[in-house]
Amino acid sequence: MKPVAGRLFLLSIAVLVSLVFFLPSTPLFSAMPEWWKQYLPNKGITLGLDLQGGIHLVLEVEADRAVEIKLDRDMAAMTELFAEKKLPVESVKRTAPTEVTVALSTPEAKEAVLNLTDDQFPTLSGRSSGDRTLGFSLRPDEAERIKKAAVSQALETVRNRVDQFGVAEPLIQQQGLRQIVVQLPGVKDPARAKALIKNTALLEFKMLDEDHKVARLLPSHIPAGKEDDVLREFGPQILPEDEILFERHVDKQTGRVTKTPYLVKKRAVLTGDVLTDARVAIGQFQEAYVSVTFDSTGAKLFERITAENVKKRMAIILDNTVYSAPVIQERIGGGRAQITGSFSTEEANDLAIILRAGALPAPVKIIQDLTVGPSLGRDSIEKGVRSTVIAGALVILFMVVYYRLSGAIADLALMLNLVCLVGALAGLNATLTLPGIAGIILTIGMGVDSNVLILERIREELRTGKPVRPAVDAGYDKAFLTIVDSHVTTLITGFALFLFGTGPIKGFAVTLCLGIAINLFTALVGTKVIYDLLNRRGRMERLSI
Amino acid sequence: MLEILGKTSIDFMGLRRYSFALSGVLVFVGLIALFQIWRGAANLGIDFAGGTAVQLKFDQPIPIEQARQALVHHGFGEVEIQDITLGNKLLIRVKAQTTIEEKVAEKVLETFKKDFPSIPFVVDSSYEIGPTIGQRLQKDALIAISISMLGIILYVAARFEFRFGIAAAIATFHDVLAVLGVFYMLEKEITLLLVTALLTLAGYSLTDTVVVFDRIRENLKMRHRDPLATVINNAVNQVLSRTVVVSLTVILVLIPLTLAGGEVLHDFSLALLLGVIVGTYSSVFVASPLLILWKGTPGKLLRRS
Repeated sequence: MKPVAGRLFLLSIAVLVSLVFFLPSTPLFSAMPEWWKQYLPNKGITLGLDLQGGIHLVLEVEADRAVEIKLDRDMAAMTELFAEKKLPVESVKRTAPTEVTVALSTPEAKEAVLNLTDDQFPTLSGRSSGDRTLGFSLRPDEAERIKKAAVSQALETVRNRVDQFGVAEPLIQQQGLRQIVVQLPGVKDPARAKALIKNTALLEFKMLDEDHKVARLLPSHIPAGKEDDVLREFGPQILPEDEILFERHVDKQTGRVTKTPYLVKKRAVLTGDVLTDARVAIGQFQEAYVSVTFDSTGAKLFERITAENVKKRMAIILDNTVYSAPVIQERIGGGRAQITGSFSTEEANDLAIILRAGALPAPVKIIQDLTVGPSLGRDSIEKGVRSTVIAGALVILFMVVYYRLSGAIADLALMLNLVCLVGALAGLNATLTLPGIAGIILTIGMGVDSNVLILERIREELRTGKPVRPAVDAGYDKAFLTIVDSHVTTLITGFALFLFGTGPIKGFAVTLCLGIAINLFTALVGTKVIYDLLNRRGRMERLSI
Repeated sequence: MLEILGKTSIDFMGLRRYSFALSGVLVFVGLIALFQIWRGAANLGIDFAGGTAVQLKFDQPIPIEQARQALVHHGFGEVEIQDITLGNKLLIRVKAQTTIEEKVAEKVLETFKKDFPSIPFVVDSSYEIGPTIGQRLQKDALIAISISMLGIILYVAARFEFRFGIAAAIATFHDVLAVLGVFYMLEKEITLLLVTALLTLAGYSLTDTVVVFDRIRENLKMRHRDPLATVINNAVNQVLSRTVVVSLTVILVLIPLTLAGGEVLHDFSLALLLGVIVGTYSSVFVASPLLILWKGTPGKLLRRS
């Protein structure tokens, strides 16, 4: 038999630590002195989205697209290189998502082209795929690397955007290979937040092709939704290096949306990666625009391009939508440009945020979207808490009525249980969700079970005529194995749920596993010490049970 | 000493004919439910099936038929609308396969803004889940269940004997299937939260079974000359008052949660409530008699009987 004092000490430490951890989750915390807030635990339990309201998104990064984008860039660089080296290349085309085919005018040039590409594009593996054609594909390890990088870069970008959007305690994590989980608690305007996260934000500057006849034939305005008609009519006539993109106009009075098609060159002269800053500004007609600043390379490039293309038109394109297509009046130095368009201050603000945060390396798809309004969350908490309190009171009352003093001791153990569990959850900075509350309830149930087991065993021993102290000891001894067995089996379930469950199930599993461990402790150490304490004051003749 | 049950000596093993028949029915219904879920015919929640669910809270009551007509009018083919009587709420569900468009939730909101301009509403919750995620969740849930079952059988087999492990697993499975069957019959939605509830009750029922087994093991060691049926009967009778008291307290916890826990907790608590009742029954009437039924070679505990 261990000394009583040691166990009492252990119990009080457990309670104290739990209370310290739990304190930040209560309103009382704000009244604590500064040093307390600084050095002692200051991050309590966070409420889950189901309790607090907010958005839970699962994004899937279309990593395959990142590979395609990389291949497109290589392709453009190849074309330039072949032209520069004057190689007899007829065409460079992408024939499959991860395959580029180079057609040559003479079979003899194969060797020279392969030598050059091996040297300049080490990540591509080239081989002869026909009489006068060469096939290039990305090396598998390189493709995998790009996919991985795309996901981690997307994670970083989304995090930047959310940080700048200003959400308290967002959660942004990678899940599996290609997915990103974004949780934004307490967001008021879900649609805006979603748009902010989802936009690829690929900023490109492309020159208009004004010399081609299609440029003059394109209609100046079409109703929204008729884009496909334009593409069908003019698509076949344009050059392979050109494309048709649309600008979007919104009539401020009627809200009607119209589009303007432009014939632009596919190759971007400048992209958003040379940006260092993007800010909202208000123009002379009170219209909002975004002013962007380039880094030194970008600034030089921009100056050169504008100098070479004076009196020509350049389109500023974001995610394949033209924002504006101004005529270059003169060479623009200083590394600044303006993105104007018909947007509100709010839209301009969001645009500036995503430009600053950088483009996503590949498009993302929202594959799961859970939005909980704040009213439902409040409702759930209120009802959940109220019914839990009622349930707890009923159990406590029942135990006292049925087992008298011993019941009261068991109730004490239950309280201890709850305090330690809540403290442990706070200590782990766990997020409390509805299934989590369910886990707590189950734990209370199991706590009751352990105590009832012990008490029933003690009753049995007393019935055989044993004196109080040996009966209590025997009761605990005999109940011990049963309690361990029943707890371990449940722990196994909890573990399996934790390892393989997702989202809410995982939260439930954490609460359950913690609860079981604490239960074992309080049931076997917590109550026994009280009986020992009572017994120490002299032989007990009768036990109220 | 206040006692609900005094010393009892009920012949539980003799009743096994009836209990097995009842359990057979419960398990059968559960298996039908499982089969229907597997072939997609059950009322799968959107977290498993994929799709969109929007819950709106209106300022005034809104007739469900009108809401349905408005939604059909705006191009929603197959929608399910559920009336939540507490506070003028409508739950609108669109399953994944009926629509290919992405912004289903927004379209639902627009429909109500346009067709019921005089009734303002707020969005309580909105869930959109892609079909691939639903399938993954289904797979994850299955794996979690299988792993925990295996773990339980192994642990109980190691602590007791192999047949105890099997009996405990069967009894646990029996409880899960029974509750699943009842939910299927009630046409309740099969959601992730329900799976959580089923796993919880599996844990609970297991605890119950292990407690009874523990007593059987203890008694077998002490009184190995008695026939097996008598030993088991005595053990079950000895722990009966504990079994009843514990079940009662858990039921005491669950009743307020079911009645007043709010719409989200309701189904969860109901599943647990049913589970506790079935779990208590199964540890006495299913798991223990199964030990007699087994005709294999007895292990270290049962050899002497």
